[in-house]
Amino acid sequence: MILFLAKRLMLMLLTMLAVSVLLFLVLEINVENLATRVLGQFSTPEQRQIWMEENGYLRPLYVRYLEWVGDALQGDLGHSTRFNVPVSDVLWDRLANTGLLALCVFALMVPLSLTLGILAGMKEGSSVDRSITFVSVLTTSVPEFASAVLLSAVFVFALGWLPGTSGMTQGFRWEEMVLPVLVLVLYGFGYIARMMRASMAEVMQSPYIRTAVLKGLPYRRVIMRHALRNALIAPFTVIILQINWLLSGVIVVEYFFSYKGFGALLLEASLNTDIDVIQACAVIAVLVAVGTQTLADIGYTYLDPRIRFT
Amino acid sequence: MTEQTADDVGPRRRGVPMRGAFRTIGLLRESWVGMIGAGIILFWVIVAILAPVLAPYPPDQQIGPLVNAAPMTRAEPGRPYFTEEGMQTTDGTELYLLGGDSIGRDVLSRLIWGARSVLIYAPLATACAYAIGILMGLLAGYKRGWIDDVLSRISDMILAFPVLVLYVVIITVLDRSALNIVLAVTFASAPGIMRIVRGLVLVLRNRDYVAAAQTRGESSWYIMFWEILPNARGPLIVDACLRLGYTTITIGVLGFLGLGLPPPDPNWGNLIAENRNVALTAPHSTVFPCIAISSLVLGLNMLADGLREISLKD
Repeated sequence: MILFLAKRLMLMLLTMLAVSVLLFLVLEINVENLATRVLGQFSTPEQRQIWMEENGYLRPLYVRYLEWVGDALQGDLGHSTRFNVPVSDVLWDRLANTGLLALCVFALMVPLSLTLGILAGMKEGSSVDRSITFVSVLTTSVPEFASAVLLSAVFVFALGWLPGTSGMTQGFRWEEMVLPVLVLVLYGFGYIARMMRASMAEVMQSPYIRTAVLKGLPYRRVIMRHALRNALIAPFTVIILQINWLLSGVIVVEYFFSYKGFGALLLEASLNTDIDVIQACAVIAVLVAVGTQTLADIGYTYLDPRIRFT
Repeated sequence: MTEQTADDVGPRRRGVPMRGAFRTIGLLRESWVGMIGAGIILFWVIVAILAPVLAPYPPDQQIGPLVNAAPMTRAEPGRPYFTEEGMQTTDGTELYLLGGDSIGRDVLSRLIWGARSVLIYAPLATACAYAIGILMGLLAGYKRGWIDDVLSRISDMILAFPVLVLYVVIITVLDRSALNIVLAVTFASAPGIMRIVRGLVLVLRNRDYVAAAQTRGESSWYIMFWEILPNARGPLIVDACLRLGYTTITIGVLGFLGLGLPPPDPNWGNLIAENRNVALTAPHSTVFPCIAISSLVLGLNMLADGLREISLKD
């Protein structure tokens, strides 16, 4: 088990290393282009030359990469040109805000989707199953930006129940969290529900469930004690991997509701070519994505003895 | 959702490709979900093709008094407005079925022309991603060895990125243009396609007909494209439907975030971005594009479900 953990962690480190190289290449391989984007297309070649010299972009790529990695490991993520402060000053606050949003989304989405998935999977082909499946296909077909528009048209414009922006300008308010969370839950729950349904349906067909039913156990007990334990293993991975999807989703939702989070920061940096912020945000996003993937692998192995002992 | 093996495909089929297509359409009748999905897609395809006929006004024409006008507004008679042909005046008969947007353009016309934009770029980008992904997957799965290692590692790296983060990074470096969006989508989705193709090829490469072709002395390109690929098409078609839906969403999201096709392209994502400032005061100009894009994606998802149902029945 320890060997396995060490292997997974090594793999994670390697992936991070490779991804950071890739990211660096994509952003900085063409320095001329970068200078043009930062200074605008009407800047003169001399201006660009001066900018490149001042910011050390004339040094070879690998020197810049090594320096960047070295600084990042010491906690120095560079300087934001957009906000004119060190990147770490803005980044961690924003990340905490997004963490809070993600926490609310998961607290609502996981119980909801698991319950619906279990209800649908208990009796495959029943009317409950069909309607839950239909609803989950329907909600997964509405992109986040569309449901954000539609929900705010209903709850903000027509009914006037909720505020339309979530900038938290007057301190933290719960009603400003409702719409962002709702939009993300609506788009995300369908996938988990379908996975849970598939897993549940498969378990319900296995011989040990038939035995449990035939030996006269109450149906409730068959589901709660026998079926659920095995049926919950596969969706576990899916739930953890949803964090990866959430990192994309928050960009849209935070932008739409002007929520001061990590996704909005990345987008703002991208629209203003704030290179240091983009690099820091992207690396953190990948770190979270790769980290959750590793966590999912480890958890899956731990939960399923068939994998653990082979 | 797309977890299928090559065994779902059934026995080896080759021959006239068109006959296979007709057979699939015939089979689709058995799945009402698939039929509805196909119907929705067909509707938007027809709208896109007939856009010049269906759209009541040019998509970029601005009419002053129509700024944020509610649906079913009639133009005031005698108002001057400018078009490409010069100054004209409204005669009071114009009806703006879905109202006007934030700078006074007809929402319905932009929506109809937008269908054309969406239905050109999303399939184009998906097709490019498939061309690259299939090539990579065939090479990795059939040749194995170092090619497989290299291609798999590269795609692992790209797949480690949260999708939208990857797009944002790519579009930061490139300009907003149709070509760059197609490139970005190809770059981001080819690795996923490669994984699916590779998995299918790993199963199919051990089949007897592949061994027979190898014994006949066929080249590996012939075997990959004429023996293996046609037999992997079932799961790939289902995946293509779903992926076309994702691509439609992606192009919409990029437009919405201001990173997509440059204005005044009437792509549905752009329509929402253009009118986002008035989304809380005059929601009609954003709500209709949202319904349009959701219905198209729903159609694609339902078609994929229907096709999967059929392929499992076979």
